[in-house]
Amino acid sequence: MKVNNPYLQDLTQGIVKENPTFRLLLGMCPLLGVTAYIVNGLGMGLAATAVLIASNLVISMLRNFIPPQVRIPCFIVIIATFVTIIEMVLQAFQPVLYEALGVFVPLIVVNCIILGRAEAFASKKPVLRSLSDGIGMGIGFTLGLVILATVREIIGQGTIFGPDPESAIHLFGANYEPMALFAQPAGAFIALGLLLGMVNVIFKRFNI
Amino acid sequence: MEKLLSIIFIYILVDNFVFQRFFGICPFLGVSRKMETAIGMSMAVVFVMTLATLATWLIYTFVLVPFNLSYLQIVTFILVIASLVQLVEIILRKISPTLYQGLGIFLPLITTNCAVMAVVLLAVRQEFSLLESVIFALAASLGFSMALVIMAGIRERQELAKIPAALKGSAVTLITAGILSLAFLGFKGMLTL
Repeated sequence: MKVNNPYLQDLTQGIVKENPTFRLLLGMCPLLGVTAYIVNGLGMGLAATAVLIASNLVISMLRNFIPPQVRIPCFIVIIATFVTIIEMVLQAFQPVLYEALGVFVPLIVVNCIILGRAEAFASKKPVLRSLSDGIGMGIGFTLGLVILATVREIIGQGTIFGPDPESAIHLFGANYEPMALFAQPAGAFIALGLLLGMVNVIFKRFNI
Repeated sequence: MEKLLSIIFIYILVDNFVFQRFFGICPFLGVSRKMETAIGMSMAVVFVMTLATLATWLIYTFVLVPFNLSYLQIVTFILVIASLVQLVEIILRKISPTLYQGLGIFLPLITTNCAVMAVVLLAVRQEFSLLESVIFALAASLGFSMALVIMAGIRERQELAKIPAALKGSAVTLITAGILSLAFLGFKGMLTL
């Protein structure tokens, strides 16, 4: 199937072909750090997506005004501003999530996906295309976080939508003894390694 | 003294930045292919992390807090790190060309190394004093270096190993890191601050 619409192409590229998690291996720190629970992974993904979309938009609008010699510091300041805004919003409206994500919220500023897209895409392309690239990359990153978090939470905790006892659904009943390794940092590395292997096989099979 | 020693012990072994806290995974995966580059990167990180923590601690305590500007910490810290890296690069090129040749290519990469940003943020959040912050940065960066060097040693041998086709590349590196992290789990809970 050939897609001719460039906006659609930018959008889908970030989700499948250049998925930041499984293909480009960017943004690994939050990916491994916050995925013990699906809710945390989703929250991290949405926060990073919001910053990515906003920074892509602004950088693309300013692309003709930023002198190329000092572009990296300019990008960093723009990104840091949006991260500060997101941090304040989370702190005010989602304090539980903010606590759970901890230092990984301010660390969105050094997430290589965001600076990478600013440098490789938004600083060269028109506003609307940068917007759809930001949305696509954001969805791709969120997808990666949620997939890894789902695996880790089901195996490591035996629940989905935890740790809040009101929303947590226990999948295996009371007799299930969760495999604590997957809740530990070591399990994050191993789960991601195995997932990457699986994605490699699937992509090869379908020739993507 | 007791606190300083426990900070050193905790952030090198118990709470290793790479294996337990997931900071600096990108350079950990990116430059651990060869021992030589791993050592170069490690030295650059130790250098920049310690300096950055010193600078940001002073700015935070004497500028941001007195003027009630602590909400600007993300913007300030990242700018301090970026300009510090640039400064170190310029100074090194001038005074020690040999050292610059070794560290030069790694310096620009450090700006987006989340371990550096994490160290300066955590030093402030945990309310360390100046000396504690610097020791903390030194210990964290040494822990990072140790992880990087161990990984480089393993990966150099892995080049010759037979690995399933699907797991080649990053997948097997991540699984190896997982097993290493499992080993470091042995230190867990030995000491807390």
